Amino acid sequence: MISRMEVQETNKMIHEMNLDVRTITMGISLMDCAHTDLRVFNQKVYDKITKSAEKLVKTGEDLEKQFGVPIVNKRISVTPISIAAGSLNTDSYVPVAEILDKAAKEVGVNFIGGFSALVQKGCTTGDRKLIESIPEALAVTERVCSSVNVGSSRSGINMDAVKLMGDIIRQTAERTADRDSIGCAKLVIFCNAVEDNPFMAGAFHGVGERECVINVGVSGPGVVKRALEEVKGRDFETLCETIKRTAFKVTRVGQLVAQEASQRLGVPFGIIDLSLAPTPLIGDSIAEIFQVMGLEEAGAPGTTAALAILNDNVKKGGVMASSYVGGLSGAFIPVSEDHGMIQAVQRGALTLEKLEAMTCVCSVGLDMIAIPGDTSKETISGIIADEAAIGMVNNKTTAVRLIPVIGKGVGEMVEFGGLLGYAPVMPVNSFNCAGFIDRGGRIPAPIHSFKN
Amino acid sequence: MKGIITVLGKDKVGIIAKVCTYLADRNVNILDISQTIVQDYFNMMMIVDISNAAKSIEILVEELQHIGEEIGVEIKLQHEDIFSIMHRI
Repeated sequence: MISRMEVQETNKMIHEMNLDVRTITMGISLMDCAHTDLRVFNQKVYDKITKSAEKLVKTGEDLEKQFGVPIVNKRISVTPISIAAGSLNTDSYVPVAEILDKAAKEVGVNFIGGFSALVQKGCTTGDRKLIESIPEALAVTERVCSSVNVGSSRSGINMDAVKLMGDIIRQTAERTADRDSIGCAKLVIFCNAVEDNPFMAGAFHGVGERECVINVGVSGPGVVKRALEEVKGRDFETLCETIKRTAFKVTRVGQLVAQEASQRLGVPFGIIDLSLAPTPLIGDSIAEIFQVMGLEEAGAPGTTAALAILNDNVKKGGVMASSYVGGLSGAFIPVSEDHGMIQAVQRGALTLEKLEAMTCVCSVGLDMIAIPGDTSKETISGIIADEAAIGMVNNKTTAVRLIPVIGKGVGEMVEFGGLLGYAPVMPVNSFNCAGFIDRGGRIPAPIHSFKN
Repeated sequence: MKGIITVLGKDKVGIIAKVCTYLADRNVNILDISQTIVQDYFNMMMIVDISNAAKSIEILVEELQHIGEEIGVEIKLQHEDIFSIMHRI
């Protein structure tokens, strides 16, 4: 029988340490919506999404009550639109983004991901149309998220796409300049994108996925932090064991919610994403975990090692707690969504270069980083290329979500609101890389042997 | 289907009576009950069977919460699985 202590421990995690299920994301295939006529296609897409996800939000709310654990977000991911809409006779996919936005509002989800293209080796006509539609699509919609995969360990890096995305990010920033360039907060550039990621803005429903699926993202930086406070000053074995045990418990909650949601909705369970995702709340921060580990601020020497420990042990603990693990599964280090990271930037402890180093040992990448509005498109492409190279060579997912905030310079604050948080504009190395980016073409896939 | 009810708050007359009357009215069977009082703070845990309850667990959760607000304590009902899945392999 459950003991009083166990009940208290669980409820303490929920109420004092911000344990929650971060997202239930329903993946929906739009393959069967393909059509040449925009009007017909949009109607099919709208009908399919609103029918499949009709009960998603209500089910999430019911589970929240039944188990007494918050389920923060209910979301949808769809087949990359560049594929689903590939046969459309139209020059712009903006109307498709608008219909996704409308469907998301109808079913009550706060984000819908999948305005995406996979161009790691090259662009189809549909891919190019989609990418060129991104700036306007993200300006005229509220809930649509976009992602573009520009590289992979198997195919190398499509540098033409990297170059193009530098320009697209700038255009997206300019189109939403009146709102601190928030469009860019909904745009992720990936290397080795995963097909079952439930987290935004990079979620899409991969082509290897089934018709409809439920993926769940758990969270709980606050729980890990509190557990580590209990073992302050102890050796690394104790540190790692504590993270593993905590991750196990956190993941079990996700597993329970995923199974129940899947059963109630009559939709198969896909994966649990074992990611520690922070929020701007105090006590829900990855940077605070570094501090408890013994670092003065995130970014201090030792931070990369601390993150490697955290990431690896969250996986080790979480894997046994769930029947299927997938998605990005790692610690997220978004700057604007973590008050401890913001403080580290403001105190000068954390730089863009250190963040880049940190992305070598964790998912996902340079995430939610505000940079000066006058950063050139070539510099943005250079940053994307560096991050994609890390992912390509190390067989891991990396991503870039940079926000060049039009009209703002280093040190100024940007407010995105809600879960997206706020951030100080960070300095960027402004030495020119145009000669490199302008070459065009593709970086061949790396060798997968002789690992050093 | 089992649920766990926890009641937390400043001790006063009639907390258990109020909760138990409500549960009896909704055909919820109490399987186990334990309570402690530390420095005037009332802490109760109940294991209940809600298989034959007259209302769904979501409604019971809301109504118990309201009763808690009326008498000035915090009352939670949660499905047992949230605890067993976390603490049992």
